[in-house]
Amino acid sequence: MFGLNKKDASLLLIVAVLVAFAPFLLNPFPEGSAMAQFNAGYPDLMQRFVIFGIFAIGFNILFGLTGYLSFGHAAFLGVGSYAAVWMFKLLSMNVLPAIVLAVITAGIFALIIGYVSLRRSGIYFSILTLAFAQMSFALAYSVLTPITGGETGLQLALDDPRILGSATTAEGNIPVPGLFGLEMRDSVELMMGSWVFTFNLGYYFCAIIMLIAFYLSIRIFRSPFGMMLRAIKSNQQRLNYTGLNPRPYTLAAFVISGMYAGLAGGLMASMDPLAGAERMFWTASGEVVLMTILGGVGTLIGPVLGAGMIKYMENIISKINSDILHGWFAFLPDGLEDLVVTMIYPFIGKGWHLTLGIVFMLVVIFLPGGLVEGGQRLAKLFGRKKADNPKSASTEPAE
Amino acid sequence: MDAIILQILNGLDKGSAYALIALGLTLIFGTLGVVNFAHGALFMIGAFCAVTLSRLLSLSHEVAIPGEVDFLGNPATRDVPYVFDIFGEALGSSIIDWAVPLSILFAIPIMILVGVIMERGLIKHFYKRPHADQILVTFGLAIVLQEIIKYYYGANPIPTPAPAAFTGSFDFGALIGFEPNTIIYPYWRLVYFAFAAVVIGAVFAFLQFTTFGMVVRAGMADRETVGLLGINIDKRFTIMFGLAAAVAGLAGVMYTPINSPNYHMGMDFLVLSFVVVVVGGMGSLPGAVLAGFLLGILESFASMREVIDIIPGINQVIIYLVAIVILLTRPRGLMGRKGVMED
Repeated sequence: MFGLNKKDASLLLIVAVLVAFAPFLLNPFPEGSAMAQFNAGYPDLMQRFVIFGIFAIGFNILFGLTGYLSFGHAAFLGVGSYAAVWMFKLLSMNVLPAIVLAVITAGIFALIIGYVSLRRSGIYFSILTLAFAQMSFALAYSVLTPITGGETGLQLALDDPRILGSATTAEGNIPVPGLFGLEMRDSVELMMGSWVFTFNLGYYFCAIIMLIAFYLSIRIFRSPFGMMLRAIKSNQQRLNYTGLNPRPYTLAAFVISGMYAGLAGGLMASMDPLAGAERMFWTASGEVVLMTILGGVGTLIGPVLGAGMIKYMENIISKINSDILHGWFAFLPDGLEDLVVTMIYPFIGKGWHLTLGIVFMLVVIFLPGGLVEGGQRLAKLFGRKKADNPKSASTEPAE
Repeated sequence: MDAIILQILNGLDKGSAYALIALGLTLIFGTLGVVNFAHGALFMIGAFCAVTLSRLLSLSHEVAIPGEVDFLGNPATRDVPYVFDIFGEALGSSIIDWAVPLSILFAIPIMILVGVIMERGLIKHFYKRPHADQILVTFGLAIVLQEIIKYYYGANPIPTPAPAAFTGSFDFGALIGFEPNTIIYPYWRLVYFAFAAVVIGAVFAFLQFTTFGMVVRAGMADRETVGLLGINIDKRFTIMFGLAAAVAGLAGVMYTPINSPNYHMGMDFLVLSFVVVVVGGMGSLPGAVLAGFLLGILESFASMREVIDIIPGINQVIIYLVAIVILLTRPRGLMGRKGVMED
């Protein structure tokens, strides 16, 4: 199917089915029940799942295939967001031109930064990308305020000089981003018993783009170009000696992954038309590194899993508070209940970063292949012994 | 002229902090070959040692004031720190006043302990893994340490004043023959610079003039041979890690009066310190110190109004700009040695 082998095609199909039915799958608990707060099936969060999935897939094309660890990838996400919001302000509220411009702008940015940074490798490359991203952040925050909105961020206003479409709606509001008349925030709610499922247009729009991005990344992984990138990762020197110049390949990978980041930024702005400099801060770059590592670097599905897991943790764990914990452990004797709650308390609510840091460290130490490797090990432990397939599709850990 | 001297002075305190952190980073990198992203967290822990000690010292209990009652008729009380009971009121209050300098004594053993535990418990297992893995695991550790501090001390900056004797500023210009009131400089920043100079001097002297330092330098040059000669180089490198942690911690302790410590101060400094290390040359101790002061002073020059008027925003990006130019033109940095992380 689409030039994929059977295994990849079925992976793509599984992801497509999961994404399509996410509003059901992420809402397993009936409305109003005690567990309803663990439902992740609301549009805002689901959009973030797929958008950060795109971001991580792109990052994985660079880090997973070439081994170049960029610590400044959020800069491209930020640039993409700004470009998209400017498109909304100046051209039209249609999301397509905004996203196209976001991708192109981020690509040009990545070309410039990559051209300079890729002259060095290893830790120097990480520091150079970090330096560029921090520079972009500092400039966006201060001097470039006319373009970026500075501290308040870039927002739509009532007097935007929009060429196609009006500056205000009939009611005098700021128009919302849409796709040929369909508004991104349109949702359909489906009541089934006590379950409420929300189908959001914006989510499905992002999801389709994410599937296309995922498909492209599979093609890149399986292409001769992807093979070249892997060769760069495993032994760049040997590649040099065979007479091949790795620079154009790494630069291409860098630009592609920058464009993925720009796409994610453009989608983010399409869902909620504002852009702020904090999206470019280096902690945001660190976050995408965490996602990719957590899921499984160099694997196809890993980054998507990692992005989903981190965003789920961020939204769900941070919602648990001590009352909820007391509720859970109410069956224990009083003293023990308090003890258990006190012990768990630092890891929840505002402390979810602590949980994230610990999980991340454990993964780096014990599971360098991330969740995907963990899944494989479990499958090996419990599963039937299947004939080993050397061309295992999604789970090939990159050296 | 006076403006130039003032900017140099202004750059010194930040430069000292950069130099101290970069020195520790380079020590760790030079000895163990590990890229430590948790070094900023060590700086922060040092700062919170000062916070902890000043809180410990001002622990107090209530004492009734004889012959006075409050408006409800109960005996009036006042808080008396325990330090007063032990040392008397005069000495006690000056001990509380001098909490930050005293924290140096408190911080050194703690930081060495933290460093040794970190090295033995975690980093030891990462020598054979790629640099990317080292970066990632120490990055995770930095997040964890930062969040633990945030949990116990809260997210807001905690003001920790310098001793009363060092608050305020003095007229530095008058000392060296300028018009009075042209170069005003806070005392504490001068103390910080002097302290940094002493610590840096001590580290270099330790490496240069002691047998232990000699062995460590030999190990940095060729670890394997030193090991073959029957010297337990691993143990010495662990101690060096503790020492590097202590240097970062001391930098943090003394920085508290300049900038109230908060949980993310380490990360803020870490990014810049890495840039400093790279500019100075990976693995070169003098390079790290030199680049630290140089970039600190450069940053302060770039924040002059005259400069900002010509190139807006330059103060925000100057350090990164310098780093990019240096990395592209002198890949080894200012004083980098041959063969250290060149690829």
